[in-house]
Amino acid sequence: MNTAIVAALLLVLLGFAYRTGWSRSRALAPAHATGVRLHSRPAYHGALTAIWALVPALLVLALWAVLGDSASRAWIVAQLPPEVAGLGAAELDAAVRRIRQIESGFGVVGETAPWENRAAQALREFRALAFALAIAAAAGTGALAIWFSRRRISERLRARNEVERIISWLMIVCSVVAIATTAGIVASLLAEAIRFFTFVSPVDFFFGTVWNPGFSTTGTAGGEYGLLPLLWGTLMVASIAMFVALPIGLMTAIYLSQYARPKMRNTVKPVIEVLAGIPTIVYGFFALVTVGPFLAGVGQSLGLDIRATSALTAGVVMGIMIIPFISSLSDDIIRQVPRAMRDGSLGLGATQSETIKRVILPAALPGIVGAFLLAVSRAIGETMIVVLAAGNSPFLRLNPGEPVSTVTVTIVNQLTGDTDFAGPQSLVAFALGLTLFAMTLVLNVAALYIVRRYREQYE
Amino acid sequence: MNPQQRLSLIRAGLSARHARERRFRAYGMAAIVAALGFVALLFVIILGRGLPAFTQATLTLDVHFDPAIVDVAEKPVLLPDQSQADHRRALSDWQRQVTMVNWNRVVEQAVRRAAPDTGADARQILSIVETNARFQLRDMFVADPGLLGRTVPVRLLASANADNWLKGNIDRALPDAQQQLSAPARALADQLRQQGDIGFSFAWHIFTNVDSRSAPASAGLAGAFVGSLYMMLVVICLAVPVGVMSAVYLEEFAPKNRLTDLIEVNINNLAAVPSIVFGLLGAAVFINWFRLPLSAPLVGGLVLTLMTLPTIIIATRSALRAVPPSLRQAALGLGASKTQTVFHHVLPVTYPGILTATIIGVAQALGETAPLLLIGMNAFVAQVPGTPLDQSTALPVQIYLWQGNENRNFFEARTSAAIIVLIGLMLTLNAIAILLRSRLEKRA
Repeated sequence: MNTAIVAALLLVLLGFAYRTGWSRSRALAPAHATGVRLHSRPAYHGALTAIWALVPALLVLALWAVLGDSASRAWIVAQLPPEVAGLGAAELDAAVRRIRQIESGFGVVGETAPWENRAAQALREFRALAFALAIAAAAGTGALAIWFSRRRISERLRARNEVERIISWLMIVCSVVAIATTAGIVASLLAEAIRFFTFVSPVDFFFGTVWNPGFSTTGTAGGEYGLLPLLWGTLMVASIAMFVALPIGLMTAIYLSQYARPKMRNTVKPVIEVLAGIPTIVYGFFALVTVGPFLAGVGQSLGLDIRATSALTAGVVMGIMIIPFISSLSDDIIRQVPRAMRDGSLGLGATQSETIKRVILPAALPGIVGAFLLAVSRAIGETMIVVLAAGNSPFLRLNPGEPVSTVTVTIVNQLTGDTDFAGPQSLVAFALGLTLFAMTLVLNVAALYIVRRYREQYE
Repeated sequence: MNPQQRLSLIRAGLSARHARERRFRAYGMAAIVAALGFVALLFVIILGRGLPAFTQATLTLDVHFDPAIVDVAEKPVLLPDQSQADHRRALSDWQRQVTMVNWNRVVEQAVRRAAPDTGADARQILSIVETNARFQLRDMFVADPGLLGRTVPVRLLASANADNWLKGNIDRALPDAQQQLSAPARALADQLRQQGDIGFSFAWHIFTNVDSRSAPASAGLAGAFVGSLYMMLVVICLAVPVGVMSAVYLEEFAPKNRLTDLIEVNINNLAAVPSIVFGLLGAAVFINWFRLPLSAPLVGGLVLTLMTLPTIIIATRSALRAVPPSLRQAALGLGASKTQTVFHHVLPVTYPGILTATIIGVAQALGETAPLLLIGMNAFVAQVPGTPLDQSTALPVQIYLWQGNENRNFFEARTSAAIIVLIGLMLTLNAIAILLRSRLEKRA
């Protein structure tokens, strides 16, 4: 309701301001008048007026959003009888919360005291009044701003330049969002990880071989936080995934770019890319209900002990997920190898496969290595498949048929549903996240650097 | 070595080389077949498991609103000399009476009427009807008190266990101790099925109901769907303007210096950061520092926005790069300012590219699960969120929650059904992207 009123107010203000600026400038220089020429077209005058009207109104509303809460609290406290107002902070908080609930109409537990009802009534009036005031103030400052901007409009006013300057600042702000995101990631991970390291020494974390964090409900910092079992599980799953994805992905890319007719290429490529669009939770479910039991059955018939949820299951399914990633990246890279190299080799009598193996692949190798690194980074950071299919068992084991746990799984387990980041049990998620971020960062930067160098080589 | 000798040497090696060539081609073909096979296998399995869940065992029973059981006063009407408040109080008293009625007994009698000679006791009878049948009857009665004493046909869902039994999801040869239903209840279910009182009908409630723990057979996706919708709205409203503005600045305006180089590397790297790291960012910044509510689609939307932003920026930049410079030169030559050139002439040409990138980014965000788990969106929520600040789940998270349900043989199918809905949505989005792109490109 309130939001709708605010939105309506802003829209009306915007429309009115634009119209004012537009018609004022138009009145200065009618379309067919001679002698008077506006520097900027009326639309720019309108836009400038609208911007100047909106900014103060938004500022007033923002101020209200920030201060409204504490103001209403102060008002409640002022309404309270002295024996309640003199209570300690915790009881006062409880009283204020109760009164707010009465005011909102949802009701509270137990009977309400008369003073509570009075305070709630007063709060209701205060709220309505404060909202009306805020709206009026926003509208008033908006109107004032329109009046000032309207007075500024003259044929010499460089409205277009001003609007363009504002747009360019807006664009810079938008570009900074990406940097702010990275900064936010690094800052939040570092801050919380440092808090974690006040509980557990970094040496124990990075070189510990036992993962047994205990439960936060026991309240103690007890438990062992060794990263190595998780890291081992992550690397094992990722290597199995690459073992599946690299040959299939690379051969697919080679066949599609070198052998396939355009018609086949145009049908097969999108179908394989469907694999890339499928959500990872679906792969996880697929691993859990199909691939896991299948691999366990195969293992049984071969006399091997393979569990249904194991590093192998998660790795194989993750490999399937990564196939399109590798194939489309390698496809791009192989197609960038200059045609002259290929034609030269074929002209000297090499067969097509010899050309591919001895000329094209060596030339494309740096790019393919880059694609490989990007794929590894993807495999390390993948979460849902391993959450569902890897079995969550953080021990150092060599056998890929056994369940494992990974860094990402542990982040989910330690943090899910827990927002009070007080103990090491939840804070460790950020230390793990930092490790994950650092690993993928190194892989990504290396891969991007290699791919970029490769592109420059052939451009 | 004379030319003749050399020629014969080459000829001798030729068949081996050709064999290698054929083998290499076969490897390539095998790789493609494997990749296509995985796509096919995935779809066959998901469809095979999920499609049966779209039909569900439903009982059609003649329900008698027996005055002996439904023993309540008449629904109060507003008397001429009565105040609104008194009327409301009388109405709520009446509703309390209605709620106290033993509706389970009504359900039981309806089943007994259909199968008079069953040996099942009340508990066993109720085990084949969904537990919320009593609320359904109660709501019917509250809406129309005239039903008292009448007998009307009502469609009630069968319980999850009865559904399993009738669909053969559970091995019929298992001994009693391992069955989900007792022997009399199983016999009753079979009897009703044979009589045609239990039929299989399309499970609309998958789309219209919210998640439910007490009545699993009636659990649906409506809440998760609306939650996902809110998140996608947030993503579209934030990621597209910010992404496009940022791409335009970097591609058209930014000077080439170290700062813009850093932004460039940063964006490329951000595109490859694991999604779960964005979840950690959301948990630490939005929830712990800014104190935004847990499980809210707004927070989920913000996290997904940050995740989608690089995709949109990169795609928009490459679309801008593909615009021929002649267009810019012509506009500049006619006296347009730099900003006018970009926003009036260059950017409109790239709309198809931006649109495609947006839809692909949104589809990717729609399927993302891991970051949402960290901001509490895996909470059990049994209502459709009214605003983006209410508690909610999302479609992929609902899949995650359902796959973990204890009633495995019922929820495996239900999860696959949810996956079909999710993939259906994503494929629709992608199809729209392709369609719009081809239409817009034709016009441009």
